[in-house]
Order: sequence, then C-alpha cells, then structure tokens
Amino acid sequence: MYAQEVKSTGRGVKTPEEMSAQERAFQARIDAGEKIEPKDWMPEGYRKTLIRQISQHAHSEVVGQLPEGNWITRAPTLERKAILLAKVQDEAGHGLYLYSAAETLGVSREELITDLLAGRAKYSSIFNYPTLTWADIGAVGWLVDGAAIVNQVALQRTSYGPYSRAMIRICKEESFHARQGFDIMMKMANGTAAQKAMAQDALNRLWWPALMMFGPPDAESVHSAQSMAWKIKVMTNDEGRQKFVDQTIPQIEYLGLEVPDCAARLNPETGHYSFTDPDWSEFFAVLKGNGPCNADRMRARNKAHDEGAWFREGLLAHAEKHQQAAE
Amino acid sequence: MASDWPLWEIFIRGQYGLSHRHVGSLHAPDAEMAMLNARDVYTRRNEGVSIWVVKSADITASAPSRKGPMFDPSNDKTYRHPTFFDIPDDVGSM
Ligand SMILES: [Fe+2]
Ligand SMILES: [Fe+2]
Repeated sequence: MYAQEVKSTGRGVKTPEEMSAQERAFQARIDAGEKIEPKDWMPEGYRKTLIRQISQHAHSEVVGQLPEGNWITRAPTLERKAILLAKVQDEAGHGLYLYSAAETLGVSREELITDLLAGRAKYSSIFNYPTLTWADIGAVGWLVDGAAIVNQVALQRTSYGPYSRAMIRICKEESFHARQGFDIMMKMANGTAAQKAMAQDALNRLWWPALMMFGPPDAESVHSAQSMAWKIKVMTNDEGRQKFVDQTIPQIEYLGLEVPDCAARLNPETGHYSFTDPDWSEFFAVLKGNGPCNADRMRARNKAHDEGAWFREGLLAHAEKHQQAAE
Repeated sequence: MASDWPLWEIFIRGQYGLSHRHVGSLHAPDAEMAMLNARDVYTRRNEGVSIWVVKSADITASAPSRKGPMFDPSNDKTYRHPTFFDIPDDVGSM
C-alpha cells in the first residue's frame, strides 16, 4: 500500500515459548485489542517495523502531492482548481500526522526527511507514474485514494495508538478525495467522445498501478506474518486488493467505461471478482527506482526543500529575535 | 530543518461548552507559527472554535509502567461510585 516493502526484523513469528515474559505480556495486550502507546514497553522489532511502515506511509503522502500538483495550475475551472488545491493540502496534512506518529517512536523528523531527500526511503510505487491528462486527476482521486481508503480504513484498527489515531483523522478526509475524483470521471465519461476516451485512457493506465498499491501477492510477501501478529498490518495484501476490485468494477460499469481487465468476472457464488494480476516485474522495477517518474519526483522534492530553506531560516531568526526581546 | 524547531502539542475546543482535546502535534519555531500551522492542519473543516498550543517539553506525563501503583488508590475505593449503595426502589430516584 503506501508502505509496500516493509522489512520486519524477525524471520517468522515467535511462538509463545520462544517469547520472553515481557514479549508474551505485550502480545497478550495486542491480542486483547489494547492499543500500545509511545511510552509503553515494546519489542525492538515492533518499534523498528512501525517506524519503517509509518515513515513510508508519510513519504507517500508527501510525494503523492506531486502528480496532482502538476495539474493545479491547469485545472479546467476555478472551482476544480480550488478543490484540487484543497485535496493536495489535505495530503500535506496527512504527511504531517504520520511523521508525528513516527516521531513518537523515537526517530526524528530530520532523519526521516533526510532519508527521503537522499533517495534512501521508500514511498508508494503509484506516485512514480505520470499524470498526463486532466482525466488522470479524476482517476487518481477515484482509484488511488480509493485504494488507499481500503487500506487506511483497516489500519484504523492497528495496534499502535498514534498510528491508529492518525488513520482515523485521515479516513475522515479521504472520502472527499475519492468523491472529487469520481465526480471528475463522471463529468468526463458523460462528456464528448474525446472526453470519454480520455477517461477510459486514464483508467486503462492507472488500473494496474492501482492494483500494485496493495503490494506483492501474499505468497511472496515475506514480512507480513509478524506484522499481522503485531497488528501493525491488519489486512493482507491480497485481501485489500480483492476488496478494491470488488468495489471498483461496479463503479467502472456505472461510468459506462470498460474494465481494463477483460478476464475480470464476477463469481456469483462468492460475490467476488476474479481478476488478472498486474505485472509484478514492473512493480519491483518501480520500487527499485526505475519507474517512469522516480527521478523526477526526487528532483521536485529536493527543489522544493532547497527553495524553502530561506523561509524556514527566516522563521527561526524571527522566533529567536522575539525570544531574546522577551528575556 | 523542521526538527530544529520545538514540538508543540495541539489542543482544540470542538464547540463552545466542550473542553479542549488533544488532536496531535507539529513542529514550529514559535507559538505564533505553531498556532497558524495548527489552524491550517487541524481545523480545515470547522473542527474547532479555539486552539491551545503547548510545547511538548512542558508537559509532564505519568509513566505507563506505573499504571498499577499510580491509579491503585482509586481502584480500591469502590464506595466512591453511586452504584455501591443499594437504595430501595421505594425511595424513588436518587
Ligand atoms: Fe492521504
Ligand atoms: Fe487522499
């Protein structure tokens, strides 16, 4: 999802016999549905895995502003521009909630940002795809935020208190994101033939990367078991993907567009759609840094950071001056 | 870099008549900027009518590991709860 390659520390899940008394008590709290809070004792692996997952999630929110930011100045109407601006501003806030949650685990904001800017940190593969037309902005809100919602709704039940609370706040804001995207798609799908074709093209291109957002198939997802046991993760990759496909295909049909996967079929017995897997070799290539926009995204992030330096320094100088005047 | 800036805890009064509640935290160079950022981050959808910003370093928290001893004195005084007392139904509501 927004954290697709979270390496956990252990090999497999420890059995109760392998755990220390402290670890057993910790696991019992999690099994009982209790939230873990920053100052509580926690296994080192729990803390490290959470830092990786939450920081990747935070970076995704921040980098995720770029593909949409690309269209703020070119939105077709003033209203669409204001809506998109508000949506992108929300994503900046999501980044902040998540960095704050990560910081409660003893990592500094500076370390996290430095890792991102140096290209050492991971963020979701989806944001390394370009937004080529206005229809892409519709498809991003509808599909990308839609997929994120599936994951984030589940994560509200995650065991770490600050992460769970950040997810609750984020989920309150996300349905605006998905709905504004779907609204754009409805307009395009019901517009001229050229507009409808643009909507279909955006769907065709973003469908597969959206499926990849949930991460590799469970069978290949080596780090999931411990995270599930700790309730750092509360839904498997395949479960999330299935849920997303099941909710999205009827929406595609509502729009009168074609499902990009011609093999997708509803199984009337299970109520679930069968569907084709995305190209996992593409997924791993994008994650390694070889997607269409990886270099672009990093360049844009660094540029914004560097060009904002004078402002951050100015704020600090102002604060120090007032501090001295007060003393 | 933002981490040179102190961390602030943000409390918001959702409506008149309610208490301020903790909603999250942010880094800012001073109280004034913390206030502006808190407004932009935490009240974009009418979430509040008043904001407090408090430096995190100024908050003293109870230690979770001492949860037992800390709150023990309240646990063993069940007579503090009205349900401790059986008042006959005939007496009416009390
Ligand atoms: Fe978000
Ligand atoms: Fe969003």
